[in-house]
Amino acid sequence: MIPGPFEFVRAASVEEAVAALVAHGDDAKVIAGGHSLLPLMKLRLAMPAVLVDIGRIPGLSYVRVEGDEVAIGAGIRHHELERDEVAGAEVPILPHAAGQVGDPQVRHRGTLGGTVAHSDPASDLPTALLALGGSVVVQGPDGRRSIPLTEFWLGFFETALQPEELVVELRVPRTGPAGWAYEKFTRRANDWPIVAVAAVDGRVALANMAGTVVRATATEEALARGASIAEAAALAADGTSPSADMHADQEYRRHLARLLTRRALEKAAGVGVTAA
Amino acid sequence: MKVTLTVNGEPRTDEVEPRLLLAHYLREVCGLRATNIGCDTTSCGACTVIVDGLSVKSCTVLAAQADDCQVTTLEGLAGPDGELHPVQSAFRAEHGLQCGFCTPGMVMAAIGLLADNPDPSDREVREGLEGNLCRCTGYHNIVRAVRAAAGAGPAAGRVPQAQGEDA
Repeated sequence: MIPGPFEFVRAASVEEAVAALVAHGDDAKVIAGGHSLLPLMKLRLAMPAVLVDIGRIPGLSYVRVEGDEVAIGAGIRHHELERDEVAGAEVPILPHAAGQVGDPQVRHRGTLGGTVAHSDPASDLPTALLALGGSVVVQGPDGRRSIPLTEFWLGFFETALQPEELVVELRVPRTGPAGWAYEKFTRRANDWPIVAVAAVDGRVALANMAGTVVRATATEEALARGASIAEAAALAADGTSPSADMHADQEYRRHLARLLTRRALEKAAGVGVTAA
Repeated sequence: MKVTLTVNGEPRTDEVEPRLLLAHYLREVCGLRATNIGCDTTSCGACTVIVDGLSVKSCTVLAAQADDCQVTTLEGLAGPDGELHPVQSAFRAEHGLQCGFCTPGMVMAAIGLLADNPDPSDREVREGLEGNLCRCTGYHNIVRAVRAAAGAGPAAGRVPQAQGEDA
């Protein structure tokens, strides 16, 4: 399979990339690792006239502590995040989730900013990010702005990003050693989750239970008012709208959401098993 | 557009269409046909090559993205006198192949794995090769071959950058 024709622009800086996006508007797509975009282009489900390559822009791959937050450069590749010591100490769910993405070859190419901008509800890292809370920093022609993660993903492949904007950084609160867990259910080793659950400090996010990654708000509210893990987990599928496909129907996905939420909350609380 | 890169130690510059995939570039422009295209959907790993020291699936990388990079394919592994790379030798000695279609990708992914983890357990080999499918289901001997290569010494994880010269 061969993508449709396009013009390739290799940006040397974020400013150059934004300028290219301003020049080409909706006809342009940003490429970094390309492991979400190129498969779509090969299927001709995406046919951008211009690809703006941000994969070589220096200074977009970092993890650093800034006050109560951890700032992570959007260009960090999954295999880099997986081994990052600062991330491992401050937000350990993120390197763990990075290690769950695809397979080693995919993790060598895919980037954090890419998976965030792609907005696939069955993505590992966005699920972990949503459980952490925090924000997406984007840069456009008027400079930078920050979008809360809870307002960033609008639908399947749809985000609050404007066509001339680029994801440049993710900011998440430091969790330190607080309990966390990521429970992912797949039928094959390197698949996307059929359902996955991320739990951090009383916050719970679900993969593949709606058009975007979503918070299990009924579960979170139950936990906040002192419900048991079993009671709270039983509410995990409330308000969700999972899809049905060859792997699972809706009711099975709801069952998995409740089951995996219970496992994740027990792991995060250190009940019975230790966090992975 | 023009791409300038190093393939198996040989610098080259080629005029390519931006949409040309690295797998097609290697096979059709460079004439290096060991890199097989199996699924064409980033699943099977048959097209795995090493770019700047890391294993990648070349069906999901543009040649344009490999501009300025060092690319190593299966053809770049053996020494100038035909001496096999330790991973190649181990695949032969342990019969780590049946039909052979997945083998170039398996060998390249195994080198990438060993570069990262020089002494993997069976489980680590299986997890490290999770991105590579063997349609003959010959996994046991493949795992045995990777373990044997690791046992032969640190050279198993080396990616030759130029003919006869280890990085």
